[in-house]
Amino acid sequence: MVIFQCILFAFLIVCAISVTFSKNLLNSILIFMSYSLVMSIIWILLESPDLAITEAAVGAGITSILFFVTLKKIHAMVDLNKDEKKEKQEEGNS
Amino acid sequence: MSRLLSEEEYRKTKAFRVKRWYHGEKDAYLDKVEMQPQEEFMEDIQTKKKRLHDEALLIQHVYDIEHNRKLKLFSKLYQIVSVIFVFVLIGILLFVVSYLPPVGNALNPDNNEVAAKYIEDGMKDTGAVNIVTGMILDYRAFDTLGESNVLFIATCTVLILLRLDKNKNHKNDDTTTKEQEEENDRLYEPKNDIIIQKVACVLVPIIIIFGIYVILNGHLSPGGGFSGGAIIGAGLILYLNAFGFKKTERFFTQKTYKWICFVSLSFYCLAKTYSFYCGAHHLESGIPLGTPGDIVSAGLILPLNICVGLVVACTMYAFYAMFRKGGF
Repeated sequence: MVIFQCILFAFLIVCAISVTFSKNLLNSILIFMSYSLVMSIIWILLESPDLAITEAAVGAGITSILFFVTLKKIHAMVDLNKDEKKEKQEEGNS
Repeated sequence: MSRLLSEEEYRKTKAFRVKRWYHGEKDAYLDKVEMQPQEEFMEDIQTKKKRLHDEALLIQHVYDIEHNRKLKLFSKLYQIVSVIFVFVLIGILLFVVSYLPPVGNALNPDNNEVAAKYIEDGMKDTGAVNIVTGMILDYRAFDTLGESNVLFIATCTVLILLRLDKNKNHKNDDTTTKEQEEENDRLYEPKNDIIIQKVACVLVPIIIIFGIYVILNGHLSPGGGFSGGAIIGAGLILYLNAFGFKKTERFFTQKTYKWICFVSLSFYCLAKTYSFYCGAHHLESGIPLGTPGDIVSAGLILPLNICVGLVVACTMYAFYAMFRKGGF
């Protein structure tokens, strides 16, 4: 059990660092989501199921959905394939 | 309408002015306070060009790193000092942490009579098997009221910032093309995606029933109003994504949101005022606690849980709808 906890804590630290270093905003939100999920497992292991439920519902569910919507709103979720297609079209035209 | 005053005298009273202001016929401050729309800032092209040119020259001169030795020195010094600062901060924090008492020590300052009182008398005082809910909604119910109000105020702020004027939108409708509609998130309705619809058909009832279970069993098992409300809100958002705004607007509009929030918050306020009044004066509150373990027990905790859950669920849904469409 101690080893399992250590693995989870290590995963948390890796997640927390990689959120800041990720260049793609969508990726960093997904990493943040997994951080919340692992955190909720740790809350169960620390014997506080109340917090675990709240963390899973709010941290992993609602917050990330709101982040996604915000990214869409500020046009930060760029479709890479679309840009490539456009470039190809322009090349073909020229 | 029966009035003691005649129509002309009534028009001079304050009540008439308040009523007129309430119905939006005439603003009470319209003639007294100067309120005019700001004029748009205009500038002819020549002066604008000159201004931009001057600014560019200035910026080029100031940030010319190759020739400005002071700036070069500063940028190097800045990097070094920032690294040193971060390391010093980490050192201070680690130094303070080393002074904290060890985890689980019986002599720790957090192991005091407050926690002992909650654990020993919690079930007897509140009737809730789940001590955490007993603490949140009975001993510390005032904090929870503040939390629910914070959520409500947050929605109001988002409403002010993101709400669209429906009348303005109709004018522009003719000019927008299909591509613009797809790009504009506010006009874009989810396409009838068969996968997401089938999955939502199965999942949404289960999610909402689980949320209701968590709320109703808040005083018996882990969970409570906040987490259950968040689960229901997530279920509603999934439903909205699958079936679009037209279907959700049949049962959930801005009016429903307003009424649900108003009724739950004021019920919470009144119920807790009553029980605090009785508790502060050592009076019998007259609310039976019931046998611990039953669904209908623990006095006020169950209705308060339902109130908090309703507010949280509506708030989550409202946030999402406001971000997506600017109103719901």
